[in-house]
Amino acid sequence: MTSAISIQGLEKTYGNGFTALKGINLEVREGDFFALLGPNGAGKSTTIGILSSLVNKSAGKVTVFGHDIDTDLMAAKRCIGVVPQEFNFSQFEKTMDILVNQAGYYGIPLREAKARSEKYLKRLGLWDKRDVPSRMLSGGMKRRLMIARALIHEPRLLILDEPTAGVDIEIRRSMWQFLQDINAQGITIVLTTHYLEEAEQLCKHIAIIDQGKIIYNTSMRKLLKELHVETFLLDCRETLATAPVLSSYACALVDEHTLEVQIDKAQGMNSLFAELAAQGIEVLSLRNKSNRLEELFLMLVDENAEKGVAL
Amino acid sequence: MNHWRSGWVAFVTILSKEIRRFTRIWPQTLLPPGITMAMYFVIFGNLIGSRIGEMDGFAYIDYIVPGLIMMSVITNSYSNVVSSFFSTKFQRSIEELMVAPVSPHVILLGYTFGGVARGLAVGLIVTLMSLFFTRLPVAHIWLTISVVFLTALVFALGGFINAVYAKSFDDISIVPTFVLTPLTYLGGVFYSINMLPEFWQNVSLANPILHMVNAFRYGFLGVSDIQIGVALLLMVIFTAVLYGYSYWLLVRGIGMRQ
Repeated sequence: MTSAISIQGLEKTYGNGFTALKGINLEVREGDFFALLGPNGAGKSTTIGILSSLVNKSAGKVTVFGHDIDTDLMAAKRCIGVVPQEFNFSQFEKTMDILVNQAGYYGIPLREAKARSEKYLKRLGLWDKRDVPSRMLSGGMKRRLMIARALIHEPRLLILDEPTAGVDIEIRRSMWQFLQDINAQGITIVLTTHYLEEAEQLCKHIAIIDQGKIIYNTSMRKLLKELHVETFLLDCRETLATAPVLSSYACALVDEHTLEVQIDKAQGMNSLFAELAAQGIEVLSLRNKSNRLEELFLMLVDENAEKGVAL
Repeated sequence: MNHWRSGWVAFVTILSKEIRRFTRIWPQTLLPPGITMAMYFVIFGNLIGSRIGEMDGFAYIDYIVPGLIMMSVITNSYSNVVSSFFSTKFQRSIEELMVAPVSPHVILLGYTFGGVARGLAVGLIVTLMSLFFTRLPVAHIWLTISVVFLTALVFALGGFINAVYAKSFDDISIVPTFVLTPLTYLGGVFYSINMLPEFWQNVSLANPILHMVNAFRYGFLGVSDIQIGVALLLMVIFTAVLYGYSYWLLVRGIGMRQ
């Protein structure tokens, strides 16, 4: 299988001296659904900016489906559709015109441009808004408009920078379904997101970027396997003054009716309930303290920060 | 896809978007210059002009009409590009073009021809308005058309460069207010430089707008303060230099790409 994206030794230092990327290497396979995660300022948007020609790189080599962005930029651009983090369309133009114009920039003749605009506006539930100026759309509609615009030239690679930021849960889930559908049709997708649940649900591979370096790059399945410990919150019937002492679980009192317990994957939960029952504590319900991926993400970023301090 | 065909479609897309923009907001773009110039024709042409008498052998209103048309063309071709391209940057919709496989030549030609289109549209409106006040002779039709087109092109390119460097809306009004307007008023729109002392005649020759206005007036009336060949050469040189510089700015992504 060929590489959709191949990045080697990519560096970026901005005019103010800030180094956003410190020589990253990354491969994204064709057909993949790839998550690029990282804390704010880690270098995610800079990487996407370089891929989409909005940011000049300082060093390194980037190819998109084999097209080097230094020597074959136009061919590389034809392969990519970009959904940026911020709304970046004219607020005064009508929804339909935005798509028709974007198709025109890719050299698609007017008749074909109108047909494709209709197709994608319908697929993204915006057809009845086709004559509405874009500023009149809701936040979720604007996000969907940017996805439709990115797909208008039918790219092989779709890059989405925080596509569901500020979108309600219902629209977010319908967007997930849409993205999974187009990925199943063969479009490679690269996603950055702050919703780690989103990455866990959608993505096959994941890279974590921090302080301008890739600190982790593996398959989602493998990554989640490496997570041994999960933290649960237990809601208890009794009023608790202190956390109970448990033989093989780390336990802390959150409030007088809630316990926080860390459970290793190998341990199981039966003995936990047995120990609590033996101490007269009845558990009414339990829930994950945080998303599994979130815990791993925080752990990796913390480790990287410690290394940075040690250096 | 054929490279040229693709480029042509992109060019037509940008140009038609630009034309739709200034026609959609015609009360801001097409109407005001028509009304302003009608005031000039009434006040400077008829009321004051009738007391001034002839200039270079023509009634004063006939003498100033070409200059006033040119003033509208200059202002509108410049302001169309500077405001449209800066708004595109400001709203970040420039990114739509930057991510697409559009050649910098196509972007530049699309925006500048948009400016030329507005300049010529306003020039035509002002010319039609002038016919209510005088019967305008046309001595050299092709020269007139060439000069107005080249002038619109030069100032559309100037507007593009201004928009690239502009960081705020204030920056797009500084050049029109403090550079273009004074140069236009001192560019022989209302008077012949032969009326000035020799020193100021020579200073005036350094004003490129003087050459444009006089070449345009020559196209209508057949009289000029300057050599037409020099004026045309200057316009071609300005076009080439400004185009080259604008292209370089686009390729480097100055003011657009980090």
